[in-house]
Amino acid sequence: MSTENKNWEYADAVEGTGHIKLKEKYGLYINGEWVAPRSKTYFSSTNPHDEAHLAEVAQANKQDVDAAVIAAERAYHDVWSKITPAERGKYIFRIARLMQEQAKELAVIESLDSGKPIREARDIDIPLACNHLFYYAGWADKLDYAFPNQKKEPLGVAGQIIPWNFPLLMAAWKIAPALATGNTVVLKPAETTSLTALKLAEIIDEAGLPPGVVNIVTGFGDTGAAIVAHPKVSKVAFTGSTAVGKLIQKTIAGTDKKATLELGGKSANIIFDDAPLDQAVEGIINGIFFNQGHVCCAGSRLFVQENIADKVIRKLKHRMQSLQIGNPLDKNTDIGAINSSEQLKTINKYIDIGRKEGSECFQVDCALPNKGYYCKPTLFINVAQSSVLAQEEIFGPVLTIQTFRTIDEVIQKANNSPYGLAAGVWTDKGSKIFNLTSKLKAGVVWANTYNKFDPASPFGGYKESGFGREGGLHGLGAYLK
Amino acid sequence: MLKAYNINDLPSSPSVDKVGVEERVARFQSRSIKNQAKMQGLKMVLSMIDLTTLEGKDTPGKVRQMCFKAAHLHDAYPNLPSVAAVCVYPSMVNLAKSIVGVHGINVASVSTAFPSGQAPLEVKLADTKFAVENGADEIDMVISRGKFLGGEYAFVFDEIAAIKEVCGRSRLKVILETGELTTLDNVRKASDIAIYAGADFIKTSTGKIQPAATMQVTYTMLQAIRDYYDETGKMVGMKPAGGISNAKLALHNLVMVKEVLGQEWLNNEWFRFGASSLANDVLMQILKTDSGVYQSSNYFTLD
Repeated sequence: MSTENKNWEYADAVEGTGHIKLKEKYGLYINGEWVAPRSKTYFSSTNPHDEAHLAEVAQANKQDVDAAVIAAERAYHDVWSKITPAERGKYIFRIARLMQEQAKELAVIESLDSGKPIREARDIDIPLACNHLFYYAGWADKLDYAFPNQKKEPLGVAGQIIPWNFPLLMAAWKIAPALATGNTVVLKPAETTSLTALKLAEIIDEAGLPPGVVNIVTGFGDTGAAIVAHPKVSKVAFTGSTAVGKLIQKTIAGTDKKATLELGGKSANIIFDDAPLDQAVEGIINGIFFNQGHVCCAGSRLFVQENIADKVIRKLKHRMQSLQIGNPLDKNTDIGAINSSEQLKTINKYIDIGRKEGSECFQVDCALPNKGYYCKPTLFINVAQSSVLAQEEIFGPVLTIQTFRTIDEVIQKANNSPYGLAAGVWTDKGSKIFNLTSKLKAGVVWANTYNKFDPASPFGGYKESGFGREGGLHGLGAYLK
Repeated sequence: MLKAYNINDLPSSPSVDKVGVEERVARFQSRSIKNQAKMQGLKMVLSMIDLTTLEGKDTPGKVRQMCFKAAHLHDAYPNLPSVAAVCVYPSMVNLAKSIVGVHGINVASVSTAFPSGQAPLEVKLADTKFAVENGADEIDMVISRGKFLGGEYAFVFDEIAAIKEVCGRSRLKVILETGELTTLDNVRKASDIAIYAGADFIKTSTGKIQPAATMQVTYTMLQAIRDYYDETGKMVGMKPAGGISNAKLALHNLVMVKEVLGQEWLNNEWFRFGASSLANDVLMQILKTDSGVYQSSNYFTLD
């Protein structure tokens, strides 16, 4: 009998970059034009996989932000609040279609700039971003049906600040409902992932959106702070860390600015002994290792019923071993690069804390690329509720595992957190699912699945995970008065 | 050989969530198999095929031609492996053995009143003994699906154990006929019964019922094998059969075996494809990978 002795490994399957068009230097997109920053300063956007320089990006200062807000305000008064809602919808549809046409290029740039696997950028980020635009485009001329007899009105200029974990998706998530409801926008992408937002500016330009309706300014925290503090910004929409969320709250206190904050999380993923175990293990993997764990709703606290804990952990370790870690542009990569050296430091700091706390640590046995920012998928087993690791958001591929005995105990422990963004429940019993969904203090509760997103479904948190809802009908309300 | 377990030793089978299985399978299918991985994979597929003819109209002439093909897949291309086995009805075992035996290719025989399994145990035992005595290296039995769906799990278990005893040194593949079991929960339960009753291999289908070897079903069975291995340290083989007719699907199956079970299962001792038309598509792909162009199907023999 012939047998194959050589190990069968996947060959490299790296997505090409020949088709992407990146400028050497990007200005700011203000009032429908590319302008040089008044700051005269640019910074480099790099590839976290190999630390290579990708493009120069303008650093907007206070004057730049002021110009953007003034352009947005003028566009709001002169154009966007005057055209019919159906016209607004048409523009949004057009942007969505152009994004779809350029999906491949956008996916590759997203992967290059953020470190996320091309598979995720291609199959999740970009299609979902397009879907958000399509979804809200449809609402533009139907707001009277969404809010019958309420005569809702737009707020004016929306200042939108988005994070680096889902760059284009978050941009679409923010821009789509704002435009559909008749607001104009000043958007700031995160400093490590500006490129797809700038590509979006090109698409918006191509779509012929009236000048000033969407302005995109790039920069660091001070750029964002200038947007939040600007007196002509009527609405702040922020997705990012809880610390920055608190700063924003302080800044806008006493003003009539509306805000939605989508902040951190430490979400519980709960596995009962009657769960479909192999699918639950997939759900654990998807919950914590999706996008290298850079997900605000990541299922970072795993609760396993004690009588199946050994089995689940054994299965989990085995499954983790089949994850492909490396070049984000390889089509077989499951876990790409950590977004920045700064974030890698933060994650490693927590891994050190976990080791010092004495929890059992398991890491995938694999080689990491020599260059770039990489972190092995990591488990901490036998973690206590009082462990730092179980309390603080790590925002990386690090999972803590706690065991529980009864339903009441796990509800109490899952809710015993300053955060409340999401939760997962795994059981074959429908009644148990309904019992838990009504008692878990989390904005989203997934049953027998995890990390599922849809434009029609509202998303947002309890407690320090923020307030306001994005997505669905609820997402419209946040941009209307 | 004494059976190692009885029905009471069977652990309760975990439930299987179909939606979750479909998602997992989609991930296997999104793996990109290129260049040397593709070539190595395709050759591996060839070496894992149980080249099959199971028709009422089978004749010595048909079986003789298929057996020749088993050893000469495509002589124009050097260094190709031969298939793992030929799979025939018991009446053809003797003939098949006389042709392929010298090439180190096994003869597998279906038995136990294949494909329905609707016969008394004595008949099934006699059917199996006949095949073994005629030189079958492997026995592909069918389970009693009627009894299984009627909840008579002990019956199904004992029947498999009884067949295993008369197999002697021949390896036993247990066909679950998953197309008739209809749910993945049933597939999992039947897999556990077969494995604990002494199956050397578990096999999806007879090829007579649709759907046959879907990736969802094979994945569910691979998980049962994995769990048994984790519990006991013993390996069980897997044979998807029916419906795997192209190279791409076969490679996706290998991806699944690699990620669920591991490298140890990636050989024809532990993994087989039951197929009649798969070999030619794989050959076509091998030649295409080498030359960059597809040849017409007229260049690949139909036996």
